[in-house]
Amino acid sequence: MTILLMSLLVGLGAFVAGLLGALTGLGGGIIIVPLLTIAFGVDLRYAIGASLVSVIATSSGAAAAYVKEGYTNIRIGMLLEVATTIGALAGAYLAGWISPNVIAVIFAMVLLFTAAQSFRPRMEHLTDVSDPLARHLRLASDYPTPAGRQPYEVRNVPTGFGLMFVAGILSALLGIGSGIVKVLAMDRAMHLPFKVSTTTSNFMIGVTAAASAGVYLSRGYIDPVLAFPVMLGVLLGALVGARVLTRAPTRALRLLFTIVVVVMAAEMLYKGVTGSM
Amino acid sequence: MSSSDRRNDDGVEQMIGNLLRAGVLTAAAVTIVGGVFALLQHGSRLADYGTFQGETAEFTSVGGIVRGVMGLDSRALVQLGLVLLIATPILRVIFSLVAFLIQRDRLYVIISSIVLAVLLFSLLFGGG
Repeated sequence: MTILLMSLLVGLGAFVAGLLGALTGLGGGIIIVPLLTIAFGVDLRYAIGASLVSVIATSSGAAAAYVKEGYTNIRIGMLLEVATTIGALAGAYLAGWISPNVIAVIFAMVLLFTAAQSFRPRMEHLTDVSDPLARHLRLASDYPTPAGRQPYEVRNVPTGFGLMFVAGILSALLGIGSGIVKVLAMDRAMHLPFKVSTTTSNFMIGVTAAASAGVYLSRGYIDPVLAFPVMLGVLLGALVGARVLTRAPTRALRLLFTIVVVVMAAEMLYKGVTGSM
Repeated sequence: MSSSDRRNDDGVEQMIGNLLRAGVLTAAAVTIVGGVFALLQHGSRLADYGTFQGETAEFTSVGGIVRGVMGLDSRALVQLGLVLLIATPILRVIFSLVAFLIQRDRLYVIISSIVLAVLLFSLLFGGG
């Protein structure tokens, strides 16, 4: 296949991934690496490099809007970024040690976990009082609702911090945003409202990915001619997705996306176990 | 959070939002210009991403990329766009750090400095 044809096909695939990711709220980054390695036969390292770059583009683009609207909690984001960036740096070094086959198996597990989460109804676990550590760190804030600004409190910072370290490792190792782990930490452990945890998670994804992207750039994982259509495709897909979001059949798309994720998990697991990654 | 915290944060939020948008747009524009030229020059070659060879020094360090752009290499221009993209969240952290400094928020100045240190370490010494 010529570079031109491959760039067009990869760009199209990345566009669909970005579109589905935005429409389902599950993030398109998670299917970029399986798409590149399984469908296009790209080496795992080039795939992870290209995927990370696209993750930075979409998360920064979306974060720009959320921050201005006042949903994002910048203090919580900055505090937890200490954990995600150190985790990402650790993950980037770990990636040099671990066999691609093991990475493929871990990838399959994360894909399956994502698929399982997409079926569970997301529960809001709000709390009335912040615990002493959260008070000391001044994490409680408020966010806009149709009924005006709504205050919220925060708990269990150490648990959230620990989960964010794991999210950072996974982000670097797999070239993904790890939004699913980040949201879990903030919804369940720290008791943040949905709108705040989703937007703050997205806010953190760019910084987390930048921490490992620096390492991968100098290791030669980021190929300009491959990363170009991936980044542009995902970014355009996410932009279009955000535009048509209110008119889209979200439930059906979510089911479709979940099926795609499960199929890719099976392929990654097969490749990892048979040692053909 | 006090009401003066809220007022300060509102201004910071607007500026961070603008910074992120400008960063992504600039990076995308540079990448597109480089990408179109790269496809015109190298598009007819066979794609070979199946085996990992690693990029040459021209594409793996900021110095090498800048030299490549000076030498009118379209692929180096794409790489420059990607580096600008990686730099966007880093700039956001620097901006937040300055905002916390102005607010004399010592705790968050320290927290932002740690995040910035990790990011700069990755970008400058990550390959070692």
